[in-house]
Amino acid sequence: MRNNKRDGWLGISILLFAVFIIFLAFPLMGLLKQSVYNEAGEFSFENFVRFFTYTNGYYLKPIANSVKVTITTTLVSLLLGIPIAYFYSFYKIRGAKLLFVVSILCSMSAPFIGAYSWILLLGRSGAITKAISALLGFKMPAIYGFKGILLVQSLKFFPLVFIYMNGAFKNIDNTLMEAAANMGCTGVKRLVRIVLSLSMPTILAAALMVFMQAFADFGTPMLIGEGYQTFPVMIYNAYLGEGGTNRNFAAALAVVAIAITAVVFFFQKWGTSRFKFSMNALHPVEKKEAKGLSGLLMHLYCYVLVGIAFMPQLYIIYLSFCNYKGSIRQGTYGFSNYVQASKKLLSRSIQNTAVMGIIALLIIIVIAVLIAYLVVRRSNVLNNAIDTISMLPYIMPGAVVGLSLLLAFGKKPIALTGTFAIMVISFVIRRLPYTIRSATATLMQISPSIEEAAISLGASKAKTFARITVPMMANGILSGAILSWVAIVTELSSSIILYSNKSITLTMSTYLAILRGNDGIAAAFAAILTLVTTLSLMLYLKISKSEDVRL
Amino acid sequence: MSDRISIRHALKKYGENVIIPDLSLEIKEGEFFTLLGPSGCGKTTLLRMIAGFNSIEGGEFYFNDTLINDLDPAKRNIGMVFQNYAIFPHMTVRKNVEFGLTNRKLPKDKIKAQTDKFMKLMHVDEYADRLPERLSGGQQQRVALARALCIEPDVLLFDEPLSNLDAKLRVEMRTVIKNIQHSVGITTVYVTHDQEEAMAISDRIAVMNAGVIQHVGTPKNIYQRPANLFVSTFIGRSNVMNAKLRMENGKCYLVTPSGYRAQMHNVLPQYHKDQDVVMSVRPEELLLSRDAQGEGIGAVVDDCVFLGLMTHYFVHLESGEEAEIIQESSIDSIIEPGTKIKLTINTDKVNIFTADGSANILAGVKNDCAAM
Repeated sequence: MRNNKRDGWLGISILLFAVFIIFLAFPLMGLLKQSVYNEAGEFSFENFVRFFTYTNGYYLKPIANSVKVTITTTLVSLLLGIPIAYFYSFYKIRGAKLLFVVSILCSMSAPFIGAYSWILLLGRSGAITKAISALLGFKMPAIYGFKGILLVQSLKFFPLVFIYMNGAFKNIDNTLMEAAANMGCTGVKRLVRIVLSLSMPTILAAALMVFMQAFADFGTPMLIGEGYQTFPVMIYNAYLGEGGTNRNFAAALAVVAIAITAVVFFFQKWGTSRFKFSMNALHPVEKKEAKGLSGLLMHLYCYVLVGIAFMPQLYIIYLSFCNYKGSIRQGTYGFSNYVQASKKLLSRSIQNTAVMGIIALLIIIVIAVLIAYLVVRRSNVLNNAIDTISMLPYIMPGAVVGLSLLLAFGKKPIALTGTFAIMVISFVIRRLPYTIRSATATLMQISPSIEEAAISLGASKAKTFARITVPMMANGILSGAILSWVAIVTELSSSIILYSNKSITLTMSTYLAILRGNDGIAAAFAAILTLVTTLSLMLYLKISKSEDVRL
Repeated sequence: MSDRISIRHALKKYGENVIIPDLSLEIKEGEFFTLLGPSGCGKTTLLRMIAGFNSIEGGEFYFNDTLINDLDPAKRNIGMVFQNYAIFPHMTVRKNVEFGLTNRKLPKDKIKAQTDKFMKLMHVDEYADRLPERLSGGQQQRVALARALCIEPDVLLFDEPLSNLDAKLRVEMRTVIKNIQHSVGITTVYVTHDQEEAMAISDRIAVMNAGVIQHVGTPKNIYQRPANLFVSTFIGRSNVMNAKLRMENGKCYLVTPSGYRAQMHNVLPQYHKDQDVVMSVRPEELLLSRDAQGEGIGAVVDDCVFLGLMTHYFVHLESGEEAEIIQESSIDSIIEPGTKIKLTINTDKVNIFTADGSANILAGVKNDCAAM
């Protein structure tokens, strides 16, 4: 393009850059600064010293816990998700579409609802625990701690692996499979040497995604972890917990968290760079009939796995229609929980969620489209810098985003604590990297010559952007945006630090109801939340018209 | 209105990488002009400089007498057809075709009349309300052409428009493009790497290599009297052999390493001296004789391929060089592999170049590029 430096895009670049400096770089810098000051306001590394040398590794333990449970979760999710994706992509499984949709639903639900439901099922006085001890006189081991987190997170995150791997398997050309068979490589050998090797970049991408989400997950370990403290819980406790607050120490913890995720991120990038090849299937794999015993086992595996993953949601919905007195079930059914919930800020929560979610979403879409355009079509130093900065939140766990915003905008000149604005900012920051990725990917597939055609036909650059580029990106953007919407609606880990009674969201209300031990009301909130995510996903599947879910 | 395009000392670089060092070209009003060359020779780069999508690092580009170096691409009044058609996928065929007109604030009925006219002309009017994804490649290309013509441009630019089509459609579409161009008479610049396509469609061709124009001329000119060895080998097939030029009593003789001599009548006077040369003989310009004792270059047949109308022979010469000969097939005349034969050269048609291949030493080369 000509006149690169003279058109209006430079102004937009500078504006975006300024926005990122104020809302991302400034809070991050603030976080770094806080971490190297002590409570008396003097420069010192005592926070970090305390962190690493405190008696018996008191603070190191949660890190070890987090890393241990997150790595185990990642591996288990891969082990559960890859087989189901393989069966789904290479065999005709009955009701495959339903399995896929239900899986997405499981992975999109609010993280802690699963934890809560599993406690009600397998906890000390859980439904299954009681049933088993009544029937068999056998006392189930407790679900809390490491086991519980692993169970809940693995069941929540294997669908992510499923979705990712399904995309990769679809890109494998059938002729590659035939060529391998021709040279005597079939069955499991072919699965390992051809299918999985070709999918390695995707396996690594899925692993990173699961790791980042599991590591940052606050709700699950908070509810089901009990004594098994993880990192996000520790950050939250250091800042707002019962043991007194120390914002400097919390900041230091956040810095350590970012360091860990950054190391994992770059390690994964390095790993992926070793498997660089591109595929484009001209002849997609034809699905085979799943017959005989192996076919039966495949069906069994898929249905049992998805069934177990979906059970907590169904159970919660069931509970929401049970009448409670306090937290004792009455054995009758009705809408009393919903009536009770409506007295507990239900309508305000829904309204807030809708208003803040939509505003955040609009901001995300506008920024993502602009950045995608700048990076793909106007690549230069400034725009690449903006792109890099915009990816920073990817390695920032939600609790860290919340904490850094609170530290930066808790006092003048920009005092935003407890407002809608700070919640919206945190939603935007948290989801922006994902939407930018999907917008960039969409734009890369649009040939620049289409824009050139418009310009050579006399359309101005602004008109070309508005009438050609944006409409062509619309489908990709819109489907990506709905997933962002779901993520925003179910956001907990930064909201819990930033919310106020005025800006409470549906997810926060659900979480608080659970904490108060009010099972019926909590179930009602959770059921409504599940309904919202389900409807959003249905809309997504309708708009994207394909099984490709881009996260 | 149709424009004359003048390019003077065009320079294109990407960073320090010079793509086009110094290129001058004159494209006449209403002519069908083709830029032909191997991939990476700078032909598309030059086309995009004319269109305004590539920056111009040096030199001047004129449409008639207007300098267009800094004119916005949207204001050049150019119709462009792209390799991948660049049809707007979210708009119907009609919306695509009328797009250029809607940028001009014309009255609605005029837009409709004009759009209908060009959709009819390109035979896409029956698809007017369809989305382009449901059209075939050939139909999409017709829509792209209708869209480019609809704004009645001063210049039409084609960037390898047929390379995504299958062989049969390619031949059909090139006839369509040629006929349309002739009937509307717009100055047209066409980029391709397919020499047969270029020959079939163009009034004049510029053969490019490494950012430099090698030869500008009519298809016939370029084929029969190529300006240098590159053009000779790029256009059509050529057997390239080393030889010597000998002067005897003021006459020029072409002498092959095997000792075969042929008198040449058309060597330019400035080359009248003994020297090493390279000769380029097209397969149909080698005459084949079974008389192993007769005059000519000794050779042995390695293989023959019967293609119906023509028969191709692959031979190796006494010097070890290989050559290809094409002869019209005749009854019972196939020569078996292993047969010893003699080759003579059609001296009217052979081309002889200086030893480095940089110039044709025969009279009759018409190179409009050298004239500038």
